[in-house]
Amino acid sequence: MNISPNKKPSARFAPWDDPAQKPLVRFGNVTKRFGSFTAIDNISLDIYEREFFALLGPSGCGKTTMMRMLAGFEKPSEGTISLGGEDIADIPPYKRPVNMMFQSYALFPHMTVEANIAFGLKQDKWPKQQISERVEEMLSLVQLTKFAKRKPHQLSGGQRQRVALARSLAKKPKLLLLDEPLGALDKKLREKTQFELMDIQEKLGMTFVIVTHDQEEAMTVASRIAVMDDGKLIQVATPEVIYEYPNCRYVADFIGDVNLVEGRISTTAEEMVKLSWAEGQGDIDISYKNGCSAGENACLAIRPEKVHVTREEPQDVDNKIRGVIHDIAYIGNLSTYYVKLGNGQIFRAQESNRRRLANREFTWDDQVWLSWRNTAGVLLQK
Amino acid sequence: MNRRFTWFNATSLTLGFVFLYLPILLLVIFSFNESRLVTVWAGFSTKWYVELFQDEAFLDAALVTLRVALLSATIATILGTLAAVVMIRAGRFKGRTLFSGMIYAPLVMPEVITGLSLLLLFVAIGIDRGFWTITIAHITFSMCYAAVVVSSRMVTFDTSLEEAATDLGCTPFQSFIKVTLPIMAPAIISAWLLAFTLSLDDLVIASFTSGPGATTLPMKIYSQVRLGVTPQINALSTILISIVTLGVLTASFLTRRAESKRKADELLAGS
Amino acid sequence: MDRKSGRFLLIGIPYLWLGLLFLVPFFIVLKISLSDIAVAIPPYTPTFDLSAGWGGFTKFLSELDFENYIWLIEDDLYINSYLSSLKIAFFSTLLALLVGYPIAYAMAKAPSEWRPTLLMLIILPFWTSFLIRVYAWIGILKPEGFLNQFLMMLGIIDEPLQIINTDTAVYIGIVYSYLPFMVLPLYSALEKLDGALLEAAEDLGCTAIQAFWKVTFPLSMPGIVAGCFLVFIPAIGEFVIPDLLGGSDTIMIGKTLWADFFSNRDWPLASAVAVVLLLLLIVPIVLFQRQQERAQEAEK
Repeated sequence: MNISPNKKPSARFAPWDDPAQKPLVRFGNVTKRFGSFTAIDNISLDIYEREFFALLGPSGCGKTTMMRMLAGFEKPSEGTISLGGEDIADIPPYKRPVNMMFQSYALFPHMTVEANIAFGLKQDKWPKQQISERVEEMLSLVQLTKFAKRKPHQLSGGQRQRVALARSLAKKPKLLLLDEPLGALDKKLREKTQFELMDIQEKLGMTFVIVTHDQEEAMTVASRIAVMDDGKLIQVATPEVIYEYPNCRYVADFIGDVNLVEGRISTTAEEMVKLSWAEGQGDIDISYKNGCSAGENACLAIRPEKVHVTREEPQDVDNKIRGVIHDIAYIGNLSTYYVKLGNGQIFRAQESNRRRLANREFTWDDQVWLSWRNTAGVLLQK
Repeated sequence: MNRRFTWFNATSLTLGFVFLYLPILLLVIFSFNESRLVTVWAGFSTKWYVELFQDEAFLDAALVTLRVALLSATIATILGTLAAVVMIRAGRFKGRTLFSGMIYAPLVMPEVITGLSLLLLFVAIGIDRGFWTITIAHITFSMCYAAVVVSSRMVTFDTSLEEAATDLGCTPFQSFIKVTLPIMAPAIISAWLLAFTLSLDDLVIASFTSGPGATTLPMKIYSQVRLGVTPQINALSTILISIVTLGVLTASFLTRRAESKRKADELLAGS
Repeated sequence: MDRKSGRFLLIGIPYLWLGLLFLVPFFIVLKISLSDIAVAIPPYTPTFDLSAGWGGFTKFLSELDFENYIWLIEDDLYINSYLSSLKIAFFSTLLALLVGYPIAYAMAKAPSEWRPTLLMLIILPFWTSFLIRVYAWIGILKPEGFLNQFLMMLGIIDEPLQIINTDTAVYIGIVYSYLPFMVLPLYSALEKLDGALLEAAEDLGCTAIQAFWKVTFPLSMPGIVAGCFLVFIPAIGEFVIPDLLGGSDTIMIGKTLWADFFSNRDWPLASAVAVVLLLLLIVPIVLFQRQQERAQEAEK
């Protein structure tokens, strides 16, 4: 799991933390029903200018409906959607300063690359000279100048994707919507394109909203992520917060790998709780700021890479458990150890393979110690 | 996707289908008219049907048509299937272009030309015209339709099925009979149905190639119609339309049921 | 049976049948079109006599001439027949497109569970007898027919309109009879259209109507072309419709050929008419073939 590189090292870009900032897009208690099916269930959400905002969730969670309401293809059943302070519910798609890049790209097969990019500009009755200049500019932005006269079926998948991007950017929309923009590309190309997208977004200073089901993609590109499930927003936060401080089991489980340890809170101290989780095992210390009371059922969520595996009993650590190596998944740069605890639970710990395979420290059925700091995991209530 | 009809689409469909079906509906309704005037309603009656069944000329023509259609459809389907196999499977051979040209050309040829040319052939080789010449003419043009129907299905046929059969011990001929034909059966049946209807329908080619003593039903209808609209023709048309409608509805019902059964089976197997 | 002779038989049987009954007759038509009319059985001369040997054959060849073709050019009836066939076929194709497009469009946009039924309803008339469907219109269009009764009842007209036995009736008949040929290719082109393309056009600033003209219409072009050829080509050689619905001044080439053959018993002239008709049809048929091949290429 790679954490998104810190995109704004100097002045931290966080308009959502600044109460003086006005959002560009505001969903106010939006509900959308299709017949008896509720696709969006009372969602309120702000998206700020220059954000790269990701809507993340499994298929059918409502993320595409959110996007289609922004584009104007669907109307909310209840609630309001405003863009730059103006309610856009009754503005048809062709009058909105919002453009969309379609999942299938939806390139017009009977038009050349050039004509596809110029389509929206002609529709807005730009002067001819300006259209050709803008098309030129867009073509060089996506590095397709050589392919201007080609038809979509004469392009590779990656090139089509870039034509679709150029076409949706050409009209300088206030808001660009990207519906699974990289879904049709293979893994290598997808990773490369993610960075291209981020570069373009930064260069143009535009606001992007991306819909994706790929958590790595969302983590890589987004300034903030909204995790959705079943028509509801589960957590809206920066990638770092989503990963390090998931607010519920669903988010913890959906983003990356996680160990979940069920238990009961035995004692609470200032910013620290103890979780009793199995007979005959010591309590786990977890750093925790919010209020909770002893006797409550709770659960520890801890990422495998935060857990160390050692042969000797470690000293000076907050938590340690003994176990036996049950299985090892070797994926080259990393190894994941599946360690069986005394109560039968399997606990995952990940170590990077700094040494060659032959010199590996552990093997099957070795007795090992697992250890982690009390700030490494989060306590999830209920 | 679309769950409802828009106002515009509903209107164009309604008008379109009224245009297509109203003439036929009026025809059917007025076959039950009491009066000889076919456009003025004078009460319900089935007397034109009774009269029709007593008219020997009509019954004879119907019998001739049926015999021609059954025979020509069957032979045309066999020849058409062979032609389809040649087009799809035989690979390259001398005169392949000419062959596929001869398959497709009759589909766009005006009937008057096909009829005239066949008649001139029959005259040149001195065959007596009648039942057999009509049948041969019908075989010739409907085998091309049959070939097109069968070959369009054969294009998508998975040849590895035949290879599997040969691998399990069938000769190529056996694997064709035991594997290919059963899978192709729906296409072959629809080819037969198409050939049958084409033969049943044909007026122009039959008029050219028939001789004394062999009058088909369309020829009989045509000679009557030229004299004006008669309730008897309405009654006859109603019978023919009912047979065809019933046939098409049954066929589509059967294929749809087979389809949904297949889907249900796949669902069961998948779960 | 070894494989080679099996293959030979397989190719040979349909090949021989079509060669003998489709190709050879054309040469006979060509030959007779160069012959002269005669009061005899068969009613043309010269006939080819095998027993006369080589001398007979050369004599036979020397008696062939282009007289019938010259006649076709000199007599206005034939030129007019060809031109009027082209005209009637062209305008009825246009009409069929205007009538067929909204139907095909509505079918393609219909809820998917409706589509098989709509498709069957379009195909069903195609299976019912052509002759009967044309016949049905006589009762509607004649002076005391349903249409005139209906219009007079509404008070739109006082006197019955003369529609039957005019070119208008022929147009109606052709549009009615060939409508399925127009609707089916249009439907299959429109049905393939990706809905996201229309949304993309709207997203880029098109109203629904603009999106139709800029995206839907150009992308349905293959269907339009195929449908037009499928109506135009058979309409040129049509006989039954002009004969039953048209009047004495409705001249179409199929009707002229029929009259020459059955009424005037001028077989050589009828053959010449057929040869010229065939030449006339070659252009649209070849164009159609090309278009189909291109469409198939595009599919891949």
